[in-house]
Amino acid sequence: MDALIICEDIWKIYRVGDVDVQALRGLNLTIRRGEFVAIMGSSGSGKSTLMNILGCLDQPTKGQYRLNGIDVGHLQPDRLAEIRNQQIGFVFQSFNLIPRTSALENAQLPLFYRGLPLKEQKSLASAALQRVGLSGREHHSPTQLSGGQQQRVAIARALVTSPSLLLADEPTGNLDTQSSQEIMEILEGLNREGITVILVTHEIDIAAYASRQITIKDGRVLSDQATEGRSHIVSM
Amino acid sequence: MQAFLWLTIVTALRILGRNRLRAGLTMLGIVIGVGAVIAMVSIGEGAKQAVQKQIATMGTNVIMIWPTATSVGGVRGAQGGAVTLTVADAVDLKKKIPALSDTAWMKRDILQIVNGHRNDNSPVNGASPSYLSIRDWAFSTGGPFTQADMDSAALVALLGQSVVDELFDPGEEPLGSVIRIRNVPLRVIGVLSPKGQSTYGQDQDDVVIIPFTTAERKVFGTLFLGTVGWIYASTDRAEDLPDAVEQIREVLRTRHRLQHGQPDDFTIRTQVELGQVQEGTSQTLTVMLMAIASVSLLVGGIGIMNILLVSVTERTREIGVRMAVGAKRRHIMMQFLIEATTLSVVGGCMGILLGVLSAWLTTVIAGWPTIISGHTVAAAFAFSAAVGLFFGLYPANKAARLNPIEALRYE
Repeated sequence: MDALIICEDIWKIYRVGDVDVQALRGLNLTIRRGEFVAIMGSSGSGKSTLMNILGCLDQPTKGQYRLNGIDVGHLQPDRLAEIRNQQIGFVFQSFNLIPRTSALENAQLPLFYRGLPLKEQKSLASAALQRVGLSGREHHSPTQLSGGQQQRVAIARALVTSPSLLLADEPTGNLDTQSSQEIMEILEGLNREGITVILVTHEIDIAAYASRQITIKDGRVLSDQATEGRSHIVSM
Repeated sequence: MQAFLWLTIVTALRILGRNRLRAGLTMLGIVIGVGAVIAMVSIGEGAKQAVQKQIATMGTNVIMIWPTATSVGGVRGAQGGAVTLTVADAVDLKKKIPALSDTAWMKRDILQIVNGHRNDNSPVNGASPSYLSIRDWAFSTGGPFTQADMDSAALVALLGQSVVDELFDPGEEPLGSVIRIRNVPLRVIGVLSPKGQSTYGQDQDDVVIIPFTTAERKVFGTLFLGTVGWIYASTDRAEDLPDAVEQIREVLRTRHRLQHGQPDDFTIRTQVELGQVQEGTSQTLTVMLMAIASVSLLVGGIGIMNILLVSVTERTREIGVRMAVGAKRRHIMMQFLIEATTLSVVGGCMGILLGVLSAWLTTVIAGWPTIISGHTVAAAFAFSAAVGLFFGLYPANKAARLNPIEALRYE
């Protein structure tokens, strides 16, 4: 039992005006190292909130979240930033690359905040770009790249720190089928190399790439089932 | 950390380069403010040095004493109307006050000076030989008169350059020629080096200096023998001036038998005090212009703050991404502070160029002396950096306090 993520009775309560909104209501979840998990759920189910908490962008109101053995529930913002930098790679739906900045510099960004020497930043970033099949495009700016290529830069940025967890929030939401497939194959490949991948999506055929599907409803886990991966679902 | 700083500065410059017009307009306030400060200070410094040069023409560490208008029965006489100061006063001052290195006395009248068919109306100073040394008069040709000339009331004269220009043809040698004042023939034994204008704006070279005794006995036709118009005294060290002034006052009051409560019948001024009047004027001007410049810098700073707030809003999402990949608050803070400082420092440098250029133009066109000191430039540079830091603080802090989730969601 090599657990990377342990969520115990997690509650997240927002106050909107005079009303308390309970986004998560006592959620329990354990994810082992090396898993490829898809989190699904309709909007308002609490999956975005869960994603933010898992990504250490937000903290639970109640309950305990342990990432890699660290209780991140009560850490200060700067310490959280450190954990995001060291443990987590983010891939967003809208790529979120820094505009007018080269692919290489975008991929360098996390290392930049880690304070690595410039040379090391550049060599690690270009290795990451190579891994997502973008060597030769280091000096292209986001506007010179297609959507799929931009998302690959984002994946390189997530990879460059060798994180223990890769969080992909609707990574194919803005992409055509062809690019979606390419991106998912990259994520699949990374997972095979041992990186834990958590994928948030509402598309069934995207979720099908994962080996475990968790459905969230009303702030709790509704279903949690192991699948046999893509081939199994496709054959259904 | 070094890599961080370097990259942040490069990024800041790139962002500024991308929005050149916007950056330029934002910097305008700083450019004008710094430019104005540099120009003003260099003009002020130039004026100050010019004044100091003028003051120096009076001699070094000089104290001037002249009779004050006296009130007789409530009627105040004109200045110089009294003849309360005497040669004996001057001699006694030197004897009684060890701090004084020398004293001199002088009496002046404005008379017609004749050389052949040419004439000029100029001040004629009858002075003791020490007057020449205290006032630091140098000679372009010839030399001073001596104590022997003084004792014998010799018929000799020293001419200022302006008088020479008036009385002699160009190229004509004044030395050795004989001029006439009130029909008294006086042989020219020296021509004084030019001193230029006094702090009062008088032409100090429009002067003829003759021995005091010659003036008193042969030229002026004085009613009261032994009275003088001015007494000069000097000290070796500038620090001794204030004490010397007090001692002079005491000695003179005693000699003039002034009772307690009776006002002085003389006025004492040091060269320092005379300079202060002028310096005060130029300082008022400088302070006023500095105030205008600071308003300009303030407006410039607010401009920077404004554009940075716009930038923070525009780049909210970018800030969110940076936070997500591990930027700490201080990283975000630094990024915007560096951007603000880069703006203001680039503006400051342009302002320095503008200021130097205007100072130069002032010298070339208006002929005013200007001095650009390294201190001023360094201070202007530091000040513009400080303006950037100060006005960048609020937007930078605002950026650093953004919630990463909201920032990422920002459209």
